[in-house]
Amino acid sequence: MAEVLVLVEHADGEPKKVTAELLTLARTLGEPSAVFLGAPGTYAKAKEYLAQYGAAKVYVAESDDIAGYIGGPAAEVLANLAGAASPVAVLVAATADSREVAARVAARLDSGLIWDATALSADLVATQGIFGGSTIVTSKVTKGVPVVVVRPNATAPEAAPGTPTEQIVDVAVSDAAKGAKIVDRVVEAKSGRPDLTEAQVVVSGGRGLGAAEHFALVEKLADTLGAAVGASRAATDAGWYPHQNQVGQTGKTVSPQLYIAVGISGAIQHRAGMQTSKTIVAVNKDPEAPIFEFADYGLVGDLFNVVPQLTEEIGKHKAG
Amino acid sequence: MNIVVTVKQVPDTWAEKKLDAADKTVDRKSVDNVMNEMDEYGVEEALKIKEAHGGEVTVVTMGPVKAVETIRKALSMGADKAVHLTDDSLHGSDALATSAALAKVISTLSPDLVITSSEASDARGGVIGALLAERLGLPQLTQARKVTVDPGASKVTIERLADNGYALVEASLPAVVGVVEKINQPRYPSFKGIMAAKKKPLTTLSAADAGLDAAAVGLAGAASSVVTAQAAPPRSSGTIVKDEGDGGTKIAGFLAAQKLI
Repeated sequence: MAEVLVLVEHADGEPKKVTAELLTLARTLGEPSAVFLGAPGTYAKAKEYLAQYGAAKVYVAESDDIAGYIGGPAAEVLANLAGAASPVAVLVAATADSREVAARVAARLDSGLIWDATALSADLVATQGIFGGSTIVTSKVTKGVPVVVVRPNATAPEAAPGTPTEQIVDVAVSDAAKGAKIVDRVVEAKSGRPDLTEAQVVVSGGRGLGAAEHFALVEKLADTLGAAVGASRAATDAGWYPHQNQVGQTGKTVSPQLYIAVGISGAIQHRAGMQTSKTIVAVNKDPEAPIFEFADYGLVGDLFNVVPQLTEEIGKHKAG
Repeated sequence: MNIVVTVKQVPDTWAEKKLDAADKTVDRKSVDNVMNEMDEYGVEEALKIKEAHGGEVTVVTMGPVKAVETIRKALSMGADKAVHLTDDSLHGSDALATSAALAKVISTLSPDLVITSSEASDARGGVIGALLAERLGLPQLTQARKVTVDPGASKVTIERLADNGYALVEASLPAVVGVVEKINQPRYPSFKGIMAAKKKPLTTLSAADAGLDAAAVGLAGAASSVVTAQAAPPRSSGTIVKDEGDGGTKIAGFLAAQKLI
């Protein structure tokens, strides 16, 4: 069976859930080969996980040259592997870093690129929701090895334990690829919450919160649910919450099982980033807010009363 | 500093966007078209760098004849000159072909800095900065929320957005910088700026002028194709309840019934 290359999404070696999703998807297309690119010594943390989710082979490329630069080295190594393996497809997670790598790989391979796929059939027809999910298209790469950027939560991960063969990749990155050097990494907010784009539950706050400190209400509800925290553009524009957490047309696109919008009107800017969520719950004091036109459950009321009560009720429910 | 900034004309962010029924490209005829909102941050950053270090800002766009409106806007904000790559054969170009065409035009301008924005609101690929870096063989400084240029040392440093903070990334000039929303506050064109824009140099290039191979661009050269396109089934509204003091309890009840908690 032909190989399907899966770029492993990880943080210092700790695999992200989307990696399991991509491996699961890859098994429907051919034989999954995980490509691990990271700093020296980081693969050990991913090894068991990749075996658990059915990687038949793992290409291990550990090098400071990969971890220490933006874009170029990862693209060069992945494109070289794809050039040698002639896989059925290259699957990459739709994260900010990896989609850029995917694009450069497609350019190097002179291949077609599809981004933000939510499904990929065995004959490599990808499904995408475009224009904020208002139009559904299916598309196909017509040239070269398809490079497909897949959204988190597109596939339910299924374990398929095995013992992959490992191939250590001799990393020799060209100087040309090492132009953008990472000189420092600064952690500003270590929340312990799941990644916004991967989370099963997202709680977002908007203009209705009125002030930065009121985001504590949203965070408390999110933590009770084990959810990620999002924010509308109005809230991030006002400086109430970090830009990284913005959900919407400009910002992140999320597709969780449950999305709770707190004090968000639901204009197209926001809707475009969350309307493919499975279940949408909205709390807003304005009965005319557009969010009520597409929420599964809408509560017209004062969020300052409703949200603490909801947090408490969920806590009680969980306690048993 | 010789700065190139790329811009794109797109359907208005607030418009309901559609695909053209015939060739499944973005329908640009039935909507108002504007400068991609994210590109305003790119133009502003280019102008700020020019104001701090001197130099010249050249706007580059690829798009239909009408896209000259977006060029005018960038010029009226303060850019010095513009290049408009426009040709019927370019219609339907994908991101890969677009980046190759733009790179070809940009390389003739020998810039110190190429500035792009994080994404266009129509296609939302978010890959043009990475692709330009790849095509031009320049360092990729994308996802920048802060840009610091040191022309003396021929160096540029950015704060690259990460999920929990940022990475400090540096490169030698020339380089490609991709900026994110909120990096600055884009200026509005002044009346004086709007008047001045009309006299600023604008070069219009056809695909042949730019030395592009017609077979490698447009729908003919696209490396992927749309098989089907249809409107998503509309999301209907569900249960709407007015809070009577027990709103939180009611939502919790709904979540429990749906087995979401």
